Amino acid sequence: MATKVIQAIYTDDDILMNAVKSVKEKKYHIEEIYTPFPVHGLDKAMGLPHTRLAITSFLYGVVGLTVAVVMMNFIMIEDWPQNIGGKPSFSYIQNMPAFVPIMFELTVFFAAHLMVITFYMRSKLWPFKKAENPDPRTTDDRFLMEISVNKKNYQEVTELIYKSGASEIKLKEN
Amino acid sequence: MIVGAVGLIYSFVSTPASVQEVEEMLAHDEHHGEHETSATHQSGMKQNHENLNHENKAKHTSDDSHNKSHAETEGHEKSHAEHVYDQLKNKPWSAIYTSSLFFFLIALGAFTFYAIQNASQAGWSPVIFRVMEGISKFILPGGIIVFVILVLSTLQLNHLFIWMDPSIVEHDEIISNKTGYLNDSFFLIRAAIYIVGWVLLSRVIVKNSRKQDENPSLKLHKKNFKLSAIYLVFFIVTESMMSWDWIMSIDTHWFSTLFGWYVFASMFVAGITTIALVTIYLKSRGYLEFVNNSHIHDLAKFMFGISIFWTYLWFSQFLLIWYSNIPEEAVYYIARFNDYQLPFLGMVALNFIFPLLVLINSDFKRVNWIIVMSGIVILIGHYLNFFVMIMPGTVGESWFIGIPEISSILLILGLFIFVVFKAISSVPLLAKNNPYIKESKHFHY
Repeated sequence: MATKVIQAIYTDDDILMNAVKSVKEKKYHIEEIYTPFPVHGLDKAMGLPHTRLAITSFLYGVVGLTVAVVMMNFIMIEDWPQNIGGKPSFSYIQNMPAFVPIMFELTVFFAAHLMVITFYMRSKLWPFKKAENPDPRTTDDRFLMEISVNKKNYQEVTELIYKSGASEIKLKEN
Repeated sequence: MIVGAVGLIYSFVSTPASVQEVEEMLAHDEHHGEHETSATHQSGMKQNHENLNHENKAKHTSDDSHNKSHAETEGHEKSHAEHVYDQLKNKPWSAIYTSSLFFFLIALGAFTFYAIQNASQAGWSPVIFRVMEGISKFILPGGIIVFVILVLSTLQLNHLFIWMDPSIVEHDEIISNKTGYLNDSFFLIRAAIYIVGWVLLSRVIVKNSRKQDENPSLKLHKKNFKLSAIYLVFFIVTESMMSWDWIMSIDTHWFSTLFGWYVFASMFVAGITTIALVTIYLKSRGYLEFVNNSHIHDLAKFMFGISIFWTYLWFSQFLLIWYSNIPEEAVYYIARFNDYQLPFLGMVALNFIFPLLVLINSDFKRVNWIIVMSGIVILIGHYLNFFVMIMPGTVGESWFIGIPEISSILLILGLFIFVVFKAISSVPLLAKNNPYIKESKHFHY
């Protein structure tokens, strides 16, 4: 059958946290949770894996550093040797201290920008994209939890959700 | 500690007693190596030192050419011997001065960290306040040791500070223009003001924190907040002046405007590292059960961050001098690059590259053995930082990390550990009435 989701709306983040824990205990699958602000510890309660964005950021930083080294070598030493404060030209290592600020800046530049772009790509965001948000009230003061269900268990899930203190429960077909 | 004391006494005794002896040593070397020209002084001096301490174990490896005539070498040798004699005389003094100053500033850096926690009303840290308070107990004995060494210097018992020698100042225009600031009595008065100020404020703040254990009132907390703010203002001014007086004035002709910050970064990261090491040690012994790995993580973040900050200052100081290339400024770095290449560049690797690569990983900041390992590396690196700040101006190219250096580290380290752990063990380990203690216990990242 086509996947069905139950959308439960909560009015408080603490109630939401307890609900998430009880749903997880019963091993139901939480599709997504929409909150008006970041709820501390929610990712752990949902059992989401740790972000790998930090690793990509480190790699982008290394790329930026390499680009800076190669670029400065080409611009300042090989292509058009520059006189840097009377230091010997034609030598990268002897002029290296002057390039350190650029290395630093490009490392930060690459790490920051590429990390943001990666983040957008991973979260499937781009300009003019329509919001995926199922209920606009989650941008104001409501918390929405989506649980995927099937014919057999949607009754139990609804009961569980009801007990956990949801203010609204909807069954929605995708 | 006792080993350190014995070694230190030995190294004082074993300094050459006279110029003649050094000449003999140099002559001795010459027989070994056949050709000792002034160009090979650096390697020669190292061997002299080894001869001194290890009874001729060193093999001479002089491989330089003999460009100079023998007669010329003779003349050089005479004045050179006196020079080396002075340097070797200074060596144990500089060694004990470096390590006393280093551990004194560790305690001061740790206390400054504590004062910042108080002044910023930090919620995560009160569970390790007692560790910081224990470390800051060393400010008094450490300050006394440093002050005694400074007094002995002004009494001309050693020649750490060349501007204290009137016969040199007479002939040196640059120093004689500075005598309004750099003179013995004003120097000692300033040193006394710094040390007394730091000791008094730290003692009062720690005492208030102890009083709070019996008397759970917010008054003491607010008082400590104000006192910590006062301390921080007093500290940043006096710390900067202290770094000019006690370290920068060794290279009297040279000056750097960010030297105070540079020394501060070094002592601050060393202090935080010591807090982390002591905390991990106590936790491994089963005390401090309320410290969780989020606290360790935060300390490690500071270790990482301040290490980067130190490198930033180190490089800023270097870059400007390197770029403008003015002789009177560049001479400071020339001495370090030519004679101190290994410790000077090695400490950058230990203090920057190592923490950068090891502590950048978020998970590693929670693994105790990684923090202990990198903490020890950082402490060694910052000892070397002080070493290359002090040694080139006092012992010049005759440096060597031998018995005087190691034994004075051991001596002061022993005293440091004794004082700190006695202080920590004599008080309850939880500042239980601090208003933030509950938040700190639940601190979780």
